[in-house]
Amino acid sequence: MPKRNDIQAILVIGSGPIVIGQACEFDYSGTQACKALREEGYRVILVNSNPATIMTDPETADRTYVEPMTVESVEKIIAREKPDALLPTIGGQTALNLAIDLAEAGVLERHGVELIGAKLDAILKAEDRELFREAMERIGLRVPRSGYVHSVEEARALLSHVGLPAIIRPSFTLGGAGAGVAFTDEEFDRTVLWGLQQSPRHQILLEQSVLGWKEYELEVMRDSADNVVIICSIENFDPMGVHTGDSITVAPAQTLTDKEYQEMRSAAVAIIREIGVDTGGSNIQFGVHPETGAMVIIEMNPRVSRSSALASKATGFPIAKIAAKLAVGYTLDEIRNDITRETPASFEPTIDYVVTKIPRFTFEKFPQADRTLTTQMKSVGEVMGIGRTFKESLQKAIRSLEIGHDGLESPELRGSEELSEEALLAQSAIPTPERPWLLAEALRRGVSVEALARSSWIDPWFLRNLQELVVAEQDLVAASPAERRQWLRAAKQMGFSDRRLATLWGSSEQEVRALRRDLGVRPVYKHVDTCGAEFEAYTPYLYSTYEDECEASPTDRRKIIILGGGPNRIGQGIEFDYCCVHAVFALRASGFETIMINCNPETVSTDYDTADRLYFEPLTLEDVLEIVDREQPDGVIVQFGGQTPLRLAVPLEQAGVPILGTSPDAIDRAEDRERFEALLEKLGLERPPSGMARSIDEAERVAERIGFPVLVRPSYVLGGRAMMIVHDVEALRDYMRLAVRASPEHPVLVDRFLADATEVDVDAICDGERVVIGGIMEHIEEAGVHSGDSACSIPPWSLAPIVTDEITRATRALALELGVRGLMNVQFAVKDGVVYVLEVNPRASRTVPFVSKAIGVPLAKLAALVMAGQSLAELGFTQAIVPRHFSVKEAVFPFVKFPGVDTLLGPEMKSTGEVMGIDTDFGRAYAKAQIEAGNSLPTSGTVLVSVRHEDRGVVGTAVRELARSGFSVLATPGTAAYLGELGVEAESVAKVGQGPSDVVTRIDAGDVSLVVNTVGTEPQAARDSLAIRRAALLRGLPYFTTAAGARAAASAIRALQLESIGVRSLQEIHAQVQPPAVRGSEDGREERDG
Amino acid sequence: MTFSLRTRRPATLALADGTVYRGTGFGAEAVATGEVCFNTSMTGYQEILSDPSYAGQIVTLTYPQIGNVGTNPQDDESAQPRLSAFVIKELFEQPSNWRSREPLETFLTRWRVPGIAGIDTRALVRRIRDGGVQNGVLSTDPARQEAEELVRVAAAAPPLDGRDLVASVTTSAPYSWTEGLWAGIEGQVPRRERPVSSLRLVAYDFGVKWNILRLLVEHGFDVTVVPATTPVAETLRLSPDAVFLSNGPGDPAAVQGVQPIVRELAERLPIFGICLGHQILGLALGGQTRKLKFGHRGGNQPGQDLATRKVAICAENHGYAVDADSLRTAGEPVEITHVNLNDGTVEGLAHARRPLFSVQYHPEASPGPHDASYLFGRFRDMVVRHKRGETITGVSITRRDEALLAPASAARGS
Repeated sequence: MPKRNDIQAILVIGSGPIVIGQACEFDYSGTQACKALREEGYRVILVNSNPATIMTDPETADRTYVEPMTVESVEKIIAREKPDALLPTIGGQTALNLAIDLAEAGVLERHGVELIGAKLDAILKAEDRELFREAMERIGLRVPRSGYVHSVEEARALLSHVGLPAIIRPSFTLGGAGAGVAFTDEEFDRTVLWGLQQSPRHQILLEQSVLGWKEYELEVMRDSADNVVIICSIENFDPMGVHTGDSITVAPAQTLTDKEYQEMRSAAVAIIREIGVDTGGSNIQFGVHPETGAMVIIEMNPRVSRSSALASKATGFPIAKIAAKLAVGYTLDEIRNDITRETPASFEPTIDYVVTKIPRFTFEKFPQADRTLTTQMKSVGEVMGIGRTFKESLQKAIRSLEIGHDGLESPELRGSEELSEEALLAQSAIPTPERPWLLAEALRRGVSVEALARSSWIDPWFLRNLQELVVAEQDLVAASPAERRQWLRAAKQMGFSDRRLATLWGSSEQEVRALRRDLGVRPVYKHVDTCGAEFEAYTPYLYSTYEDECEASPTDRRKIIILGGGPNRIGQGIEFDYCCVHAVFALRASGFETIMINCNPETVSTDYDTADRLYFEPLTLEDVLEIVDREQPDGVIVQFGGQTPLRLAVPLEQAGVPILGTSPDAIDRAEDRERFEALLEKLGLERPPSGMARSIDEAERVAERIGFPVLVRPSYVLGGRAMMIVHDVEALRDYMRLAVRASPEHPVLVDRFLADATEVDVDAICDGERVVIGGIMEHIEEAGVHSGDSACSIPPWSLAPIVTDEITRATRALALELGVRGLMNVQFAVKDGVVYVLEVNPRASRTVPFVSKAIGVPLAKLAALVMAGQSLAELGFTQAIVPRHFSVKEAVFPFVKFPGVDTLLGPEMKSTGEVMGIDTDFGRAYAKAQIEAGNSLPTSGTVLVSVRHEDRGVVGTAVRELARSGFSVLATPGTAAYLGELGVEAESVAKVGQGPSDVVTRIDAGDVSLVVNTVGTEPQAARDSLAIRRAALLRGLPYFTTAAGARAAASAIRALQLESIGVRSLQEIHAQVQPPAVRGSEDGREERDG
Repeated sequence: MTFSLRTRRPATLALADGTVYRGTGFGAEAVATGEVCFNTSMTGYQEILSDPSYAGQIVTLTYPQIGNVGTNPQDDESAQPRLSAFVIKELFEQPSNWRSREPLETFLTRWRVPGIAGIDTRALVRRIRDGGVQNGVLSTDPARQEAEELVRVAAAAPPLDGRDLVASVTTSAPYSWTEGLWAGIEGQVPRRERPVSSLRLVAYDFGVKWNILRLLVEHGFDVTVVPATTPVAETLRLSPDAVFLSNGPGDPAAVQGVQPIVRELAERLPIFGICLGHQILGLALGGQTRKLKFGHRGGNQPGQDLATRKVAICAENHGYAVDADSLRTAGEPVEITHVNLNDGTVEGLAHARRPLFSVQYHPEASPGPHDASYLFGRFRDMVVRHKRGETITGVSITRRDEALLAPASAARGS
């Protein structure tokens, strides 16, 4: 069937801010879908509150709304744009839920909008546990038996149906407060009682345990002619019990015979038909009993998912793009396979390599969080390794993770040397991020595969592969020099990195590389081609391996390699991928061949459509140097992918690789403390008094000199890792001793902490001669909160012009002195009218996408062209743009996933994503940002206030405004007394645990609609009020933990009370900003250069 | 056997064009000659190894990680492997699967099949894809690793074309087959019950895969398997309700003495043919077959039903195809019912006046998707109606099924 002509305009919903469980894979799928629909001539209207996405680039859709993703706001968009259809299946759970809400609120019917891809009843059938179970029973398939109970008696009655072992899950707890497993009747009674107590509503879900069953996923697609294909099978290394997002997963399935696999496939086909997903992709999860092969259906996602992004990258079959085309009526046989060109998309990809995905965790940011992996997802990113065998792909994925592992080293953690075999066995039974290393260590010590399989439930096949790697390591350690040479190729084929070999041989990475090159042991590059080489591949999507034939066939065009950002983590996420993709777009359009290297399967940068050539490879020196050697690029760009590529700048330059843009020496000048101080001195710029300490004594001396409180951090990690504000000598000693283990090689930086200063971020672009400010962002939260966690506003909402002038002057001076070519980010603190320079980063920053969208200029594109040799004058960007509207960025946090973690903000970055609110004044823009961040501001109700002494002034004013506009006020005694002095009537309520009806009781009782709670940076103060913040989080109340946040909230609430918020597209907003003469590269001016 | 970098057994694969691959040997110690082909299935190596259609061939698997699930008694497709040799990227020697009974290496040694691992199989596949199939020699004999000699042997080996390989794999005497499908796993999509009334069927064995026989039994046929050249009179003595023409190895045009038998049977009885059986039916109806550059071997091939436009994902294993033009000029009212969407080759045909139809692909799967297993039901239906005296033809049963299927699927889709 050809495409539908009865629809012209299609609304696409994105997935909003990056949160755990929903990351940039939906930018990849959303961007693909938008491109595919526009290719077919449809008008695409997009709504997504996340500015750091390619899909919200004004070029991706016809109309782009960076607006709240609520029924109210989307209805306004629908009313303005009048779409004929809504595609709800490419924006994750957020889009699916919003589509359900829109349908159920009657909005779609009211405006005549048709759901395409999946109809409401199909979505509900897949999403509703009970409807899904009924559907599976109708087609004779099984789901784990389960039911809800409210008492021990009810539970016992249900047990005969569910059977032991059983899982007991308390309902309505925050972040799924864990589940209990009962293997015996006695355990059962005990766990049920525990569960009932845990649940605020005394309800538990009783479920047949499939813990330890093997876990599989199939990615399924269906078209309107009822053709169904399976795109990819995935087998989890970690068995059932660990969220698939937190599991190591492998494609294709490894331990199923054809007979078993085909039964699973037939079940998947029956499921997608029964649920009635009209067109597009679905993900179906299966559990398989390891000893009987019995199969249960775990769940189905009637939409593209994280796994479908992985499956797309793993096979080369672009699921989201095809899903979009199917949604508008095409059938699979009418769509061409991009990679082979001659064959249709109605086939099942076959792969001739193995893909391993490993999740990336950031527990170091949340030391109080439980590291055990459960059914609640906790990882924040992932990497994918491609190899010709599982062993090779696993080891490539391990070194892609950037967590300090070159391979399966002995774990240093928890003193594994002292661990007995029994202890190792016991520890490796518990799923944690470290488990693969513990398993390897156990095997190294001679624990049997069988024993490990019994304790961990991991399939022996995976363990035997680990064992083969461990045995090979032992062979390599014992190898004679002749054997080393003889086995080097075999070792590389198993995926051993040069660094790992160096460790095993007591040699250096350079020596191993030299030996390897001397012996001609070099990687070759193979195509990811969907078809196991049955047809010729036309898209250069490549991975390395050690075999005979290289398929890379580099061109002799002018070419630039752009290094990506690796796995997403807190502090380095989608924003950097956005910058890399923009660099590719700009350079591609100006005639360069672009080559992307990255290992993150979630991203747009690893779409084979993005760059001319894609190398899906780890971002280590070894892997990058080999590609550079094969491709011989004119330059390599390290500026856009965050710390990952930046770390490689110096070693690459030393190896003779041409680095484009700002020189590695200039980067060093900004990063090396002493050189940086000399730089500021030369330019006459202020910075907070500071010093460097290599020992506890030295730290004390520095602190004495500059005065407490001080901000301390290790010099060798950036991005706020292990950063702290300490108030006294004792805390300083603890920090030096415990937190960072300072040493002469790893000094600690000690800065005077500027309490209550205003922080300002600046993104600027410089071509060596001219500096243009991209945006000056005034932070809402005061200094001390990591800039990535702070909300900020463009233009500044309270800074005096004299201050912004000084900031501009300082930025210019810094950029020119450093000789920046490309982007630069500077962080300032303003206190008592004095501007202090905190940090200079001569590279793309996290805020580049936000600034670009606020001012309507693609900064990363311009920067890439500057790095390629053009001047800002040639590019037509010579004047800073100060927009008339306000843009507010707000951070989004994962606290709800980590029970027990405090929500207070500090110098350590904790947010996973961001949203952007745009409107004509600050209050409205801030209000939108809060709504988008899930902090829905009330326009009436009761505000609970409990603030530290220093914040009373600012908060008092804000609360007085709230009281005037109709809010009731509850306050802890001290705060209430102060408010009384201001003439604000406030009901006094006891502090936590200081009365029968304390603040937490009142929050739990539902008496509160907004919480303002600020505390000092002293640890004790934070502990005292933790209960308030957890209670607010649990009830989903908007809360503010800084005085400045409260002040901004008050102005936002006022704006909301005045009138309901309107919506406007980016295209309309940008049309009001005078555009620079050249927007990136679109108008071909660069031809002069090319 | 425990893995070690120290234990490596030499093996060499030499192609007639002079290309030589050095790897690690496994299975039998032997020197084997054959046509080098490749299969892109990611699962089902045991079924592939035991498929008699691979007689005379050196089979390369594109999926690199082989041996993971060992071998088991239920997954054999014939009494013994018939291929010449086996080529893979990595042999995993310690299987893990609840049904596994014997590691792959032991299985191959027992059946005296030599194998080579550790070579760049993708490079080999690309060579075959670009240059077409050619002969090769695999030596796992440590004494015979000299490249030049092996290349000479490969170049001198007779081509597959024109050789009657059926004679070497067909049964020597008739036998009756009663085994149904593998029991399956708990929780799978429920299977339809076996029909009560039995129909008598004679299956001509050109190298039949057991799963075809199992599916025929599941569809209520009383199956007698007979040698490839069983005369018509002998078959008729079994008073069959229908005849089945099986898959098998090699060049369909070279199979001796079968075409006249099929021509005669086609005038008397309903016939269903699969793969080589399809090609032989095509030849018997006056068509011609041609050799494909490198064939279709895998479990992901798009087979489109020309009447409904629906695409089944098919298991295929063929190096020859019925020529579409030759059918049109053959004089018989034969219609092409299915094509492969990758290259447009004929994948199915049906007769417009007689109850005959056949497919090039493998509806019995094993290995491969079950999308096309409905064809066995269609065959049964055709036989039942024919027996009842209805006028039914290959084309009409196809159209009738489509008329039944099409609205149902449309309703599901809406």
